[in-house]
Amino acid sequence: MIVSSSSMALRVDLGLIADMVKPGSRVLDVGCGDGVLLEWLGRHKQVDGRGIELSMDGVSAAVSRGLSVVQGDADTDLSYYPDDSFDYVILSQTLQATRDPRSVLANMLRIGKFAIVSFPNFGNWRIRLSLLLNGRMPVTGSLPFQWYETPNIHFCTIRDFLVLCQDMDIGIERSIALNGRGEVLTNFRSNLLAAQGLFLLSRGA
Amino acid sequence: MNTSPESPQSAQVQSLEIGGDRPIRLDCGVELGPVTVAYRTYGSLNANRSNAVLVCHALTGDQYVADPHPITGKPGWWHEIVGPGKILDTGRYFVICSNVLGGCMGTTGPSDVNPETGQPWGTSFPVITIGDMVQVQARLVEALGIDQLFCVVGGSMGGMQVLEWCATYPDKVFSAVPIAAAAKHSAQNIAFHEVGRQAIAADPDWCGGAYQVQGKTPDRGLAVARMAAHITYLSEPALHQKFGRNLQERKGFSYGFDADFQVESYLRHQGTVFVERFDANSYLYITRAMDYFDLAAENGGALANAFKGTKTRFCVISFSSDWLFPTSESRTIVRALNAVAANVSFVEVQSDKGHDAFLLDEPQFHATLKGFLQGAADHRGLGK
Repeated sequence: MIVSSSSMALRVDLGLIADMVKPGSRVLDVGCGDGVLLEWLGRHKQVDGRGIELSMDGVSAAVSRGLSVVQGDADTDLSYYPDDSFDYVILSQTLQATRDPRSVLANMLRIGKFAIVSFPNFGNWRIRLSLLLNGRMPVTGSLPFQWYETPNIHFCTIRDFLVLCQDMDIGIERSIALNGRGEVLTNFRSNLLAAQGLFLLSRGA
Repeated sequence: MNTSPESPQSAQVQSLEIGGDRPIRLDCGVELGPVTVAYRTYGSLNANRSNAVLVCHALTGDQYVADPHPITGKPGWWHEIVGPGKILDTGRYFVICSNVLGGCMGTTGPSDVNPETGQPWGTSFPVITIGDMVQVQARLVEALGIDQLFCVVGGSMGGMQVLEWCATYPDKVFSAVPIAAAAKHSAQNIAFHEVGRQAIAADPDWCGGAYQVQGKTPDRGLAVARMAAHITYLSEPALHQKFGRNLQERKGFSYGFDADFQVESYLRHQGTVFVERFDANSYLYITRAMDYFDLAAENGGALANAFKGTKTRFCVISFSSDWLFPTSESRTIVRALNAVAANVSFVEVQSDKGHDAFLLDEPQFHATLKGFLQGAADHRGLGK
């Protein structure tokens, strides 16, 4: 597991995201929940952070931590942020739940110099096998929803995501594959083995 | 003038005359002065004068934010929020609340005597704006020796004042909490205000605004205005829960026009108690000030211009069942603040209490406000 010791208090995937952020930068965390990552970044990396969160409880908890978080969602609210207003825009485990992932990505890299995106990999072998053997939409530990109630309306595989990045001329600065326990895998056959992909993206040349 | 710290229990009158040497230049072009400002303070100003909080009251509110109202004897309108150990802890903050310009609780307004004529102003009082109210507050804050307010907070029309403060005096506002507010008054809201004003004007005792001279008060008209307005402060679910179609102390319909329904009786009561503490002409002037409010129009048509370069920390709060100042209005404010990369938090509190939720016990609202203030206090170096 490659997690810097300073990130140990965070969930593993959040710790990996935190490691990608340069100290003293400006960060927008989209879908920030109760603000645990923003608070950590503020405390340990002197980050000037802002958040967007859908749930009232999440926003309320984050504001109570002294964070600046607005209630809103990635699809409707990113367009109101000016160009280049952040160094990093983070979207953790949320891309697959947006209505228009392509324009969300475009907005993230318009607002921020870099985007950090993580999402569940629908190309993972367990999901493939489950669909093959059962003939039904997979319900797994990390994706525990039936097809009719899932908030995840735009699943993709890691390979799908890389193709989209190519189409959009998005640069991949770093890519990390994680297994179901959030442990880092080597990139070998990650589309088959990874349960989750994590990417540091930049604007293309 | 008395600025010494006092306990919230003492309802000592505090007032200050401003603009004697430097009149208030109103938006309508008239110069007004001297102007009396009636206000209340709670707690004490710290050594570096960094702990002052200005509370801005709503249309029919007043400076009695945390102590009993001198006419009704009821607890202060925000006593749930302001007081020792409360969210706006008077042991920590120096809380100021002043009656708005045009008001009827001591600050200069249409019921006062025009020094030039020796007669009450009535409708010859100049028409005022939210900007004028804030200008007067700024003079008060200046007179109290405060360069920067730690926080400006208020709901409804108070929230409009908060926004105006942030646009006009950005460096004087460290943090701002506009609650259940809007950056402009909507057509629907202007329409409701017009109904209220017409109800007052239709009362023969209004006497074209000169009722004081005639020794009358347009109580009927003002009560009807209040009744109509009061409906807009609630929500259909709240009215339903509180009253349903329940009858008032009777088993069946009267087949007449008595207050058969509890909701009618309740509204009539609201109207009756309101006229005891509020002046009809003040109601006309203050509703007009709200109608004229349009912060985007004042800033070249783009609301974001009003906040360009702001360093203020904002916390915008709306309530889901508020149809007078709906969440969409708060979102407009938040988006304008985002557009200038301002430091802003925003939460829509789920509540069925309608617009008045900001005055009531609404735990999520209180938790958010408390959390925001704590965070802002940490940033301002106001250690507990």
